[in-house]
Amino acid sequence: MLYGYAGWTLRIDLSRRQVEKEPLKPEWVDEFVGGRGFTSKILYDENPQGVEPFDPENRFVIAMGPLSGLFLPASGKTHFATKSPATGGYGDSNMGGHFGVNMKYAGYDIAILSGKAETPSYIFIDDDTVEIRPADQYWGKGSTEVEEALKKELGEDFQVLTIGPAGENRVNFACISHDFGRQAGRIGIGAVLGSKNIKAMAVRGTKSIPVFDPKGLLKKGKETYAACREKPGFEGWTPEGTAGITNWCNDVGALPTRNFQTSHCDYADQINGKAILKELKITDKGCFACPIPCGKYGRAKTKLGEVYVEGPEYETLSLIGSNCELSDVHAVAYANYICDELGLDTCSAGAVVAFALECCEKGLITTEDMGMDVKWGDLESVAHILKLISSRQGIGDILALGVKGAAEKIGGDSDKFAIHVKGLEWTGYESRNAPGMMLGYMTADVGAHHSRCWVLGSDVANAVGGNKDANVHDLISGGADFDRIPKADHRNVVPLVLKSQHLRPAFDILGTCRLQYMEIGLETEYYEELYYCATGKKLDFNTDLLILSEKIWHLNRMYNKREIPDFGRKYDYPPPRFYEETIPNGPNKGHVMDFEVIEQMLDDYYAARGWDENGIPTRSTLEKHGLKL
Amino acid sequence: MGLEFNHETCSGCKACELVCSLQNLRVVNPSKAMLKVTAKFPVPGKYYVQICDQCGECAEVCPQEAIRLKGETYRIDKNMCDGCLVCVDACPVNVIKVDDHSMPYKCNNCRQCAEVCPRDALTFH
Repeated sequence: MLYGYAGWTLRIDLSRRQVEKEPLKPEWVDEFVGGRGFTSKILYDENPQGVEPFDPENRFVIAMGPLSGLFLPASGKTHFATKSPATGGYGDSNMGGHFGVNMKYAGYDIAILSGKAETPSYIFIDDDTVEIRPADQYWGKGSTEVEEALKKELGEDFQVLTIGPAGENRVNFACISHDFGRQAGRIGIGAVLGSKNIKAMAVRGTKSIPVFDPKGLLKKGKETYAACREKPGFEGWTPEGTAGITNWCNDVGALPTRNFQTSHCDYADQINGKAILKELKITDKGCFACPIPCGKYGRAKTKLGEVYVEGPEYETLSLIGSNCELSDVHAVAYANYICDELGLDTCSAGAVVAFALECCEKGLITTEDMGMDVKWGDLESVAHILKLISSRQGIGDILALGVKGAAEKIGGDSDKFAIHVKGLEWTGYESRNAPGMMLGYMTADVGAHHSRCWVLGSDVANAVGGNKDANVHDLISGGADFDRIPKADHRNVVPLVLKSQHLRPAFDILGTCRLQYMEIGLETEYYEELYYCATGKKLDFNTDLLILSEKIWHLNRMYNKREIPDFGRKYDYPPPRFYEETIPNGPNKGHVMDFEVIEQMLDDYYAARGWDENGIPTRSTLEKHGLKL
Repeated sequence: MGLEFNHETCSGCKACELVCSLQNLRVVNPSKAMLKVTAKFPVPGKYYVQICDQCGECAEVCPQEAIRLKGETYRIDKNMCDGCLVCVDACPVNVIKVDDHSMPYKCNNCRQCAEVCPRDALTFH
């Protein structure tokens, strides 16, 4: 008995309309534990070498972890992975809500989709019943609209994920939506589902998950919930959720503004967490088993209409908000709603819209191309561009490639302000005076995503003092008031980046949210004891689990090397804006990242990882981690 | 007297369902819990929890008189219950459940849902 696991892998061949169930492989459990460990292993082993992202044979993998669905804080995470259309390499995206736990209650730790349905379809899973059903009536409709319709058709107990028109039209930053506001946003995961003609999945699970020590899990689960309540961040961080960091980021000069031209704006108070609470919020909205719900569900009113929407979270506030110069929280929330309905990742969508606005500003895209006179800070302009992208009309067809692909088509000097790494748009932390954060973005396997590494706090501490290990609540409650921030020290960032890059996957492997640890400081010891109660096996968080994280880092790097012909160091550079243009205002005014520092950080990072000077894991590094590739 | 629900603070996490099934049945299975979280989205955007408030309607319809008030809690006497499941249909909030042996079970006021609820949306008075 594999305690802590549902016990089955579900394989769905969409072309042949075949459904197979096979016992979860114990060797996968022993070596890769769950979640992101499973997705990395399966993509490397099973995805055909050289497969195109939109080829039917590109695998689409869903994986839960050994702690998913159990009685412990925020055990509701689901991991999705595929070959990314944005980067051409390993891609994964993580989602909260209630979908993955129902997969597990239905009996499945993993689902692997291959092939392509002949016509628009959705996948129906009700415990042992798995069917590929027609979805013609839903094709072309919005994500939330389809989720609501499917729940009405099947019953409220079904948990539904959907793609929007952007996914159907293979936009490189199309997302998966679920639970009226949760997304697996990144790497174009929704576009791959759309390329398989899958509009939605609906699942209901009613089985029990076997655990090694139910009484122990009950006791430890209660203790862990109680421990969360004792953390200052429980009361301090939860009310605003991720949006609570907006002012701090602005105050330390890290808030992306005007397509990352600068890192500070003068209207942060209008688009922060307090503005959401005052102007929008109806209810706190939590994921499965979460004691600190970061979701804020509310109602936005603009001249374009009145809508119900979850969010905006910090990434949306920064990338759709200040990065597009939207200075009204209602306008940001409305744009958030449009992205959700169209099925666009708000991170990349904000970056792409801002890139397009700058192209217009510089005459690289004309008013005629755009179909209207678009402006910074104008909701109608943002909405117009988002709709062009999702429908791939006119210039939207080029912007749908993401900033990297669009810059290649648009030309001029647009590559200098196409803010991405490896083809994935940079998220909400401007890093010209944050060397660790920048290195984290540069070296992330999926491209420029903060979910892989977040060391902005230690970067700031390196510049102005303070606690390098502070959790987010302690950071923001400590405040920040700087007229001018000195140049941050880059010399010792590699160990901090490695630590963060190993800590963050650990939670994706276990199948839980990391925010209880990252934001309010719940100790890792709780997860060790919960894991033992669930599985009957010992797992040392700081050795076993972080070593597995490191192994996955090497494996994904090798996947990228295998799939991207000239993959190596040149894929790790940040966009030229960050080393050619100084920050024009705010507390980091005058700072720019030195290119020599970038090279030095990469040298140090590769050496610490056991990679060669081109950033490829050495044979001995792979052998040390038991990777026979 | 008993369990009360405040929808203003509920965030729909279902920790109550998890602890209910684990405390009383020793299984990890929210679908077996003796209370149920429902989400009303996209409009109006609120959560509700169907709870047993010990209203006694199950006891009133039980032909065997197997459900009796003990203290503040209606309890099913397993020796008297013949499994007719009339109580299940009578429950106005559908929280009397049926076990793997086709016998009914109901909330016993163990209070664990209220103890664990991180939002204090469930309280016991």
